Amino acid sequence: MDETVVEVENLTKDFKNLRAVDHVSFEVKAGEILGILGPNGAGKTTIIHMLLGLTSPTSGSIRVFGLDLKKHRSEILQRANFSSTYVAMPYSLTVKESLRVFARLYRVRQREERIAELLRIFEMEEIKNKEVRHLSSGLITRLNLAKALINSPRILFLDEPTASLDPDIADKTRTLLRRIKNEQGMSILYTSHNMKEMEEISDRIIFLHRGRIIATGKPAEVIQSFRRRNLEEVFLKLARGEKE
Amino acid sequence: MMEIFYWPFLDLLVWGFISLYLVRYRENLPNFVAFLLGALILWDILFRSQQGISVSFLEDVWARNFLNIFASPLKPAEYIVSLMLVSSVKILIAGGVMSLLAWLLYSFNIFVLGISLLPFILSLVILGWAIGIVTTSLILRFGQQAEVLAWGLALLFQPVSAVFYPVSVLPSSLQAVARYIPASHVFEGMRAVITTGGFPTHELVWSLGLDTAYIGIAFVLFFFVMKAVKTRGLLAKIGE
Repeated sequence: MDETVVEVENLTKDFKNLRAVDHVSFEVKAGEILGILGPNGAGKTTIIHMLLGLTSPTSGSIRVFGLDLKKHRSEILQRANFSSTYVAMPYSLTVKESLRVFARLYRVRQREERIAELLRIFEMEEIKNKEVRHLSSGLITRLNLAKALINSPRILFLDEPTASLDPDIADKTRTLLRRIKNEQGMSILYTSHNMKEMEEISDRIIFLHRGRIIATGKPAEVIQSFRRRNLEEVFLKLARGEKE
Repeated sequence: MMEIFYWPFLDLLVWGFISLYLVRYRENLPNFVAFLLGALILWDILFRSQQGISVSFLEDVWARNFLNIFASPLKPAEYIVSLMLVSSVKILIAGGVMSLLAWLLYSFNIFVLGISLLPFILSLVILGWAIGIVTTSLILRFGQQAEVLAWGLALLFQPVSAVFYPVSVLPSSLQAVARYIPASHVFEGMRAVITTGGFPTHELVWSLGLDTAYIGIAFVLFFFVMKAVKTRGLLAKIGE
């Protein structure tokens, strides 16, 4: 778990008069799940978008697999993937066709076998020929997660991935992610508003507030350092900190 | 604003120039049906070519699939090339259907124009791509409020492209503009083929030369806008 997969140094992002991310530095090790927490507008999604090259940083550096993201974006994204509850899939394609498209985009070998495996894992075999337009939001989220694993990524960026899943599927998803992480040494950068989920799944967490890291460590350490019972209480204390 | 001013203004211009053409040349309108139907089919090729880029791009935005695409290893240039391929398929199908219907309903065979038609079609397709890429760039930059351009921008070229009437019908100031629109050379060329049967090489050279400049400018604009929207965080915003 010593190999560094993601190295972020002094990352800053300004939007007009707003500093969305303020000199943030962190690392993600191989096989580690790093949770990013923070209230709305804390900069979590902006960080993920910068790590995917969708938004350019104002300053700072991002290295993934030891490569500079600015110069090697396509090469890096070949071995990474992403899922967000806010994105979906082409609505005129079926579940299986959607996965085929992304399997080609990520140049997956033995595509059909990989798609069959993911359909089985995410319990979508029965709906594989259904068009995306007819799927519920929960099923679209599952399809997005299947897409995110299509290329067996070494780093997975997940932006509130379980927000629209029912508790059963959300729990299965977390179990699956942990299993894949353990079996394949995959690293995950995870954002969520579900504190219980973050506590359960993260090896380490980063608390962001107004674009700055205000606490970091293992969930138990952070909870202890703030003398609270759980992450939810820590979250409330930090988010409301100025008023207390 | 588009509904109140843009569309009525363009309609008025196009129909006004058609009326002028009919009045001025009423004594000498050779093969007018071929002029109109041929022009209509060729204009539709340009329109489909443009829509193949901009509407296909919008479909990814509407389906909220945009971030999945741009977070993949696919490069922006590869994405545009893939839209061009989609556009080509749409043109083949739509052009084929329109040509067949024109033949069945009006006994008009567009291929009487012969093999000379193909380079002119290619010129229209390239112009459609250029307009499509510019439209896509504007939607990326200005978001949903610019979506209407996916249907409207190509039509801005219609009055000065002299689709349904010769360039000579236009006032001299617009004739000067038309000289720098690739499509005007295509439609003048089409009419020359129908009227004289000869191949207007100079019109083709002009149209393809202008096309090269248009598509080059469109690509430069697209990459410039991509850089700007990444800096402003708009790429992520349009995709969610």
